[in-house]
Amino acid sequence: MTATFYDTPDEALEGVGDGASVMVGGFVSASSPTNLIWALKRRGTRNLTAIATNIGFGDRLDDLCEDGQIAKAIASFAVRASSARASRFEEQYRAGEVELELVPQGTLAERIRAGGAGIGGFLTRTGVGTQVAEGKEVLSWQGEEYLLERPLHADVAILKAHRADRLGNLSYRMAGRNFNAVMATAADLVIAEVEEIVETGALPPDAIHTPAVYVDRIVRCDPVEVRWDGR
Amino acid sequence: MAAEPRPRLTRELVAMRVARELAPGSTVNLGVGLPTLVGAFAPPEANILLQSENGILGYGGFSEGDYDQDLINAGGQPVTLNPGASFFDSAASFAMIRGGHIDTAVLGGLQVSERGDLANWSVPERGGGSIGGAMDLAVGARRLIVAMEHTTKDGRPRILQACTYPLTGRGCVDLIVTDLAVIEVGAKGLALREVAPGWTPGEVAALTDAPLTVTGAVPEMAL
Repeated sequence: MTATFYDTPDEALEGVGDGASVMVGGFVSASSPTNLIWALKRRGTRNLTAIATNIGFGDRLDDLCEDGQIAKAIASFAVRASSARASRFEEQYRAGEVELELVPQGTLAERIRAGGAGIGGFLTRTGVGTQVAEGKEVLSWQGEEYLLERPLHADVAILKAHRADRLGNLSYRMAGRNFNAVMATAADLVIAEVEEIVETGALPPDAIHTPAVYVDRIVRCDPVEVRWDGR
Repeated sequence: MAAEPRPRLTRELVAMRVARELAPGSTVNLGVGLPTLVGAFAPPEANILLQSENGILGYGGFSEGDYDQDLINAGGQPVTLNPGASFFDSAASFAMIRGGHIDTAVLGGLQVSERGDLANWSVPERGGGSIGGAMDLAVGARRLIVAMEHTTKDGRPRILQACTYPLTGRGCVDLIVTDLAVIEVGAKGLALREVAPGWTPGEVAALTDAPLTVTGAVPEMAL
C-alpha cells in the first residue's frame, strides 16, 4: 500500500492516542522530527512511552515534558551525570515523576531492528557484568557470556527524512539515517516528516534508504533548526 | 593537598599522547569529552578513519563553516568529512562496533580497576548518568584506551583494585593514559609504562590504589 499524504503534522498524527508507545527518530540535532514532536505537543497526547536514543540532548523531545506528556522513556542518553543543567525530563526523573529504561545505544538499535525484523531476541556481550544485566538471562556461547535482549516494537514511529516520493520511499541526508531508518521498520504506524516530496521515480532506486513498504504517512514540513551546545 | 613536583598534563597533552597510540590506517572511535580532542593530534598522513556511532565513517575535524545540523558526531558537534566518508544507520553502526570492526576506541573514564574494568557513566553520589554507546564500544572495540585524570578533583585515586562506581564493562580496558602516566592493563595487572615529565614512578604509585608493576627505568612520556 502506498503512503498517505497529509497537509500538516497535526493531521498526520490522526488517531495517535493517550498511552501510545512512540519511537522518535533522530540523533541529537540530526534528522530529529521536530515538527511532529511539536504537533504531538499541541495534540496534548498523554501517558506516552517515548523510545528515542536521546531526550533532552539537543532534541526537542524534551518539550513534551513541559506538560508532562511522557510517562516513560526508553533511551540511551536521558540523564546527565550531574544535575547542574538538567532537562525537564531529568528534573521529572529525579523527582520520581517519570520512568526511565536506560539502554546501551547499540542494544537499543538492535532491539528495534529485531522488533522490525520479526526476531524474538538476540545475544550480546554489551552490558554483561553491569547494571544493564539485572533481571536478564545470561547465556554462554563459545566460552563467552552474553545477555539475552528482547525486541522493541511501538504503536507509532515519528521520523524525519530529507525526501519522499509519492509511493512513500524515503531518503535521508548526511548522518540523518541514524535511528530513523531502523525505527521505520518497527512500529504499527510510521509517520515521516520530509523536506521535499518528489514524483515517484525521481529518487534513484539505489539512494532509497527506507523502502515504501515501511511508511504509512508523510507530511512535508520546513525543517526546524536545532543546535546543541554540547552540555 | 601537598604541592606536587610538577604540573600534571593538560587535557590537550593527554589527547596528544593518546594520538600516538593510533596505528596508521586504523579505524578509531573517539568518545565524548577529552577523547574527541585526540582526532586533532593524529597526523593526516596516518590516515586514521574516524567512526562516529551516529552513523559516519571517515569524518574529519570540527566544522567551523556553515552549520549543518545533519552532519554531527556522536557528541553533537558539527564535523567535516574526509574523502571516502560514508553514512549508515544506527543498527549498522553498532554492528560495526559490536562486530569487532573498530580497531581502537578511546573513552573517558571515572574509574578503572586493576583487572581492566571500566566505570565511566554514572557517579552514584550525584545520581543519574547515561550510557550512550560506551558499553557497546567497551566490549566491541578490539583495543580500548581510557583517557582520564589520574585522580578525582579532591585527590582520590581513580585507578583502583576494584571499581566502586557502576561498571561500563568488565575486563575491557587495554591502556590507561592519564595526566600522570601511561599504564598497560595485562593478565598480571597494571604495568607502569611512562610517567609525566617531572614525576617519579613512586609519586604516581602513591596516587594509584592498585599495585603497579615497574620494569626497569620508567621513561617520561614522549609528547
